[in-house]
Amino acid sequence: MRGDKKANNLKGWLYLLPAMLFLGFFMVYPLVDVFVYSFEEGYNSASQTYFGVGLYNYSYVLHDPYFLQALKNTFILVVITVPLSTLLALLISVGLSSISKLKELYQTVYFLPYVTNTLAVGLVFMILFKRTAYTDGLANLVLAWFGRGPVDFIDGPYWAKMFVLCFYTVWVVMPFKVLILTSALASVDQTYYNAAKVDGTSPFRIFRKITLPMISPMIFYLVITGFIGAFKAYSDAVALFGTNLNAAEMNTIVGYVYDMLYGDSGGYPSYASAAAILLFAVVFTITLINLSISKKNVHY
Amino acid sequence: MKVVLQHLTKKFPSRNRKVNDEVIAVNDFDFEIPDGKLIGLLGPSGCGKSTCLNLISGLLTPTSGRILFGDDDVTDLPPENRGVGLVFQNYALYPHLTVRQNIQFPLQNLKGADRPSREEMDRRALEAAKLVQIEGLMDRKPGEMSGGQQQRVAIARAVVKMPRVLLLDEPLSNLDARLRLQTREEIRRIQRETGITTVFVTHDQEEAMSISDMIVVMKDGVVHQIDQPQNVYDDPVDLFVAKFLGTPPINVFEGAVRGGRLYIGDEDVLDVPGADDRAVWVGIRPEGFVLKPDGRFTCGLDRVEVMGRDISVVCHHPAATADQIRAIISAENRAGATGQAVRFDLKPRKVHLFDRESEARVPFDGPRAPMDEVK
Amino acid sequence: MSARQNELSRISRASRTRRAAVRTVTYILLTLWALMVLFPYYWMILSSVKSYSAYNGEYVPAFFTLSPTLENYREAFSAVPLARYFLNSLLFTIVTTGLMMAVIIPAAFAFARLEFRGRNLVFALFLALMMIPNELVIITNFQTITNAGLRNTYAGLILPSVTSVFYIYLLRENFAQIPDELYSAAKVDGTTDFKYLTRVMMPICRPTIITIVILKVIECWNSYVWPRLVTDDPAYFLVSNGIQEIRENGFGRENIPAMMAAVVVISLPLIALFLCFRKKVMAGVSRGGIKG
Repeated sequence: MRGDKKANNLKGWLYLLPAMLFLGFFMVYPLVDVFVYSFEEGYNSASQTYFGVGLYNYSYVLHDPYFLQALKNTFILVVITVPLSTLLALLISVGLSSISKLKELYQTVYFLPYVTNTLAVGLVFMILFKRTAYTDGLANLVLAWFGRGPVDFIDGPYWAKMFVLCFYTVWVVMPFKVLILTSALASVDQTYYNAAKVDGTSPFRIFRKITLPMISPMIFYLVITGFIGAFKAYSDAVALFGTNLNAAEMNTIVGYVYDMLYGDSGGYPSYASAAAILLFAVVFTITLINLSISKKNVHY
Repeated sequence: MKVVLQHLTKKFPSRNRKVNDEVIAVNDFDFEIPDGKLIGLLGPSGCGKSTCLNLISGLLTPTSGRILFGDDDVTDLPPENRGVGLVFQNYALYPHLTVRQNIQFPLQNLKGADRPSREEMDRRALEAAKLVQIEGLMDRKPGEMSGGQQQRVAIARAVVKMPRVLLLDEPLSNLDARLRLQTREEIRRIQRETGITTVFVTHDQEEAMSISDMIVVMKDGVVHQIDQPQNVYDDPVDLFVAKFLGTPPINVFEGAVRGGRLYIGDEDVLDVPGADDRAVWVGIRPEGFVLKPDGRFTCGLDRVEVMGRDISVVCHHPAATADQIRAIISAENRAGATGQAVRFDLKPRKVHLFDRESEARVPFDGPRAPMDEVK
Repeated sequence: MSARQNELSRISRASRTRRAAVRTVTYILLTLWALMVLFPYYWMILSSVKSYSAYNGEYVPAFFTLSPTLENYREAFSAVPLARYFLNSLLFTIVTTGLMMAVIIPAAFAFARLEFRGRNLVFALFLALMMIPNELVIITNFQTITNAGLRNTYAGLILPSVTSVFYIYLLRENFAQIPDELYSAAKVDGTTDFKYLTRVMMPICRPTIITIVILKVIECWNSYVWPRLVTDDPAYFLVSNGIQEIRENGFGRENIPAMMAAVVVISLPLIALFLCFRKKVMAGVSRGGIKG
């Protein structure tokens, strides 16, 4: 009986072994290591040596204008796209839930960006917004209809570039939000709506007093994941502005990490680690704040 | 407010998209619900009773026919303009609102001159809560209440705006047996106190019989009978109604009428003057049997169950459609319920004949009331 | 007809009109957003069938073309190693997904079914790992792969992409729903644990397994960051990196029609996969709740 138990123990660990090897090697060890890196001053990746231990890496990153630019860009992106995309997704999902004809078609279309390569469609967006010697591009054509423009959204002024980045980000994150909200709306018991209708509740009031409270947990879930996702924005920016984001003034925190690691200014894993940990700290704090707000406001 | 249904029909497209036919959930309903009465819509599940309720509430629009509240034609009116209160099977209480907020919800929807003041809303909510005796629970949320309490809140929410018609969809089906008895008396009381014309839907015949002023028996979208509960029980118009009402259920036999006499098997069991010769279904209520050593109807005896005041004689007969026949006899008359076989006489008022083909009632005249008293 | 009845039919008409108006507005809004979503795809395809000279001759972009050409597709495959990127991505996706399944299925089984000392502790640690963002660990992984000399190899691309704590968790939850009686019955019949896993649990949880495969395939096909870090030899580029390469040095900056042809080719497989397994993909994503 005892031997049997031992055999069972062994078998359990055996089944777990591959997963533990992979995770240990590529997650647990790196997780410890990134903290070590971030405190090792003057680390040289070629010789794998360093001078001392301290907070210099953090201080360097926090004083690096590129990092501050990336921080600013990321915050602007988060502040604009998270509320905007959530509201827009809410609007679309509510519309989608109220129809029956063509519903599946709309749902399928809305989901397309999720399965499309971000880099690939980003290139299309770039072309739509870019102004070249040959053409002002489609976006400027539209602006011209309103008697404005032309503006180069890709190599032009900061606000124009930020506009495209936000626009594209919203376009990319919508499928997920619409999907989640549509299924949240579908799970609200239809009899609540019937009860409200019999009582003569106006559609707006139904939305505010019934729909919104009932799906509030999902909305908060989307806000939290939206914040996390937006803080980690990177490939959308690369798709629009190319890999040299610092030059384009469009870098993000994650972009900064990768640039420090490898790229035009690369080879500084210590700075990259410090920046990554700072990012993690920001995301973690904001998630905690979100959670505490949601505890107060999410109904039941 | 009397409610009139005129040739009301509701068709749904078939679930199966390949077959291009329709389901007729409500077929040509044409009856009147008198003012201030409690009406039960009774039928097996899928008979169209909930559809009928939703047509009256306005959540569904009929395919054809009209609905009148008093003299107002409300057929095309949206639910909010009909002045109906609706209690849902699962209560549909808003889980994030307190009892008070739930009850006040319909009042807060009112606009302009109709909208009561804050105090008036509080007063009316409290009044409605008192009516259903939950005034002590006003600040609870639905999740913190029992099923019976939730049911009361749902009723309070439906009556708080003083509806012209109150509709209840299977109001008791989510309650346990004891609460069900209690709550149905409660519904009766509330209806009496408010005098609101009330329609409720149920598949439970006992429930319908016990509290309704009138019941509508339906099946497959067709109304079979509309009458007071006792009349429906005593004079069912067809075999379905006879079988659907009554516990224990009516016993059904194959039989035939020949020369004014009813035969089950070879036995001539009852005189049925006035009935034409034909093959019939014979329905005999459990209380329609009288034990008699020289009775005209012989059955094989299985066992005798004592149920207190009454005894239940369980027997069998080759012509019966069910394996068992159940006769309810008062306990002092139990002599004779021994041995292999048992002999009965039948009470003519408890025997109903139905045409073998159409299943419609076949009337016969006879000494009704006096024979009934034979013990 | 009485005045009251007139009033009632006026209310009925008004409410019907209002409902129709709301429905119309809803459809208009939904269609607008649908156009917004579809337009880049349309533009992508449109530009890819315009000839180089036609495209660059349009100072004002034209919304359609009367002389479509497939020349750009030929160009896309011949001027840059698009087929190579494509095959790399295919290989990467298949091997990574296959390896991942081989790793997570036994792990999920161990957590859901086997009983051994330390199981709950390890599972708790696994759950904690779910909260760790990729950005934190990627730095060391980059160092590890570089030091191991695995840059510009398939192994370097694939190995760090294999693990996913989240999918282990998802699968374990599904496995755990299978009633214990089945396991007892199988044990009584002398079924081994491994056989029970492959013959009973996996078939029962097939929907979840398919969901995970689809999600992982999407993730792999679209992955960009890690491949960008560990490859700088175009022979090992995946499609995302290929696109970026084409954009920066490919056909010369201005051959946009060829670029669009490449983009179409790269986007097509996943869109086709999605359209085939539409319900499964959407159900999987809404349950999985993460963007790859």
